[in-house]
Amino acid sequence: MPQRSARPLSPHLQIYRPQLTSVLSFAHRVTGISLGIFAVALVAYLLAAAAGPQPYALAQALARSWLGHVVLLGGIFCYFLHLCGGIRHLFWDTGRGLELRAIYASGWTVVIASTVLTVSTWVVSSMVAR
Amino acid sequence: MRSPLGRVRGLGSAKEGVESWWLERVTAVALVPLTLWFAAWFISLSHSDYTTFIAWLKAPLAALLMVLLLIALFVHLALGLQQVIEDYVHSGAKIPALIAARFACLSLGIAGILATLRIVFRN
Repeated sequence: MPQRSARPLSPHLQIYRPQLTSVLSFAHRVTGISLGIFAVALVAYLLAAAAGPQPYALAQALARSWLGHVVLLGGIFCYFLHLCGGIRHLFWDTGRGLELRAIYASGWTVVIASTVLTVSTWVVSSMVAR
Repeated sequence: MRSPLGRVRGLGSAKEGVESWWLERVTAVALVPLTLWFAAWFISLSHSDYTTFIAWLKAPLAALLMVLLLIALFVHLALGLQQVIEDYVHSGAKIPALIAARFACLSLGIAGILATLRIVFRN
C-alpha cells in the first residue's frame, strides 16, 4: 500500500455550518454511544439483583438518588432521540422520504416527538413513583 | 469477475457488508418493542423492593424478553460501535479498538444473560 499523505478530511468541522441534517446524524451516533453506557448499567443492575438483596438495594439507591434521576432523564432523552431517529433511518431504508423537504420534515418530527415523549415519560414516572 | 490477486489484496467489494447491515436493521426492529417493554417495566418497578423485582423477572415471559433484549441490544451496540470506530479511528488504535469493543459487548451480553438465568433458576 502506498503511504498516504496527511490530507485534510471532509467535512471541515471548524468552518462547517451545522444544519438539522448533520446535527441529527451526529446526535444519532452520540446517543447510540450514550445508550451503550446505559446498557452497561442495565447489566450492572441485573448482576446486583443476582448477587442478593444488599447489592440490589445499593443499585436501586443509586438510580433513585438526585444524580441518578438527572442521568436517567438524560438517558430517556437519548433513548427517544435514538428510537425516533432509528425509525426515520428504517423508513429511509425503504427508499422513501429522501427528498430535501421530507428530510427536514422528518427531522423536526424526530426532535419534537423525542422531546414530547421524554417529558411525558418523566411525568408518568413521577406519578407512578408516588 | 475478481482476479485472485485483487481478492488477496482486498480490492473491490468484500461482498459481506450486507450481512452486518441487515443484522443492524433486524436488531433495530427487535429493539423497538423490547426496549419499550423494558422502559415500561423499569418505570413501574423502579420503587418496588427486591422480592417484587425477583418475582417479576422469574416469570417465564419476562425472563425470555430480558434475554432477547440483552442479545439484540449488545449485537446492535457492537455493530454501531464498529461503524463509529471504522469512521473516526484511523491510527494504529483502530484494530485494538475494534477488538476491545467486540469483546466488551460479548462479555457484557453474556454477563447480563447469566445474571438473568441465575435469578430465574435460583431456589
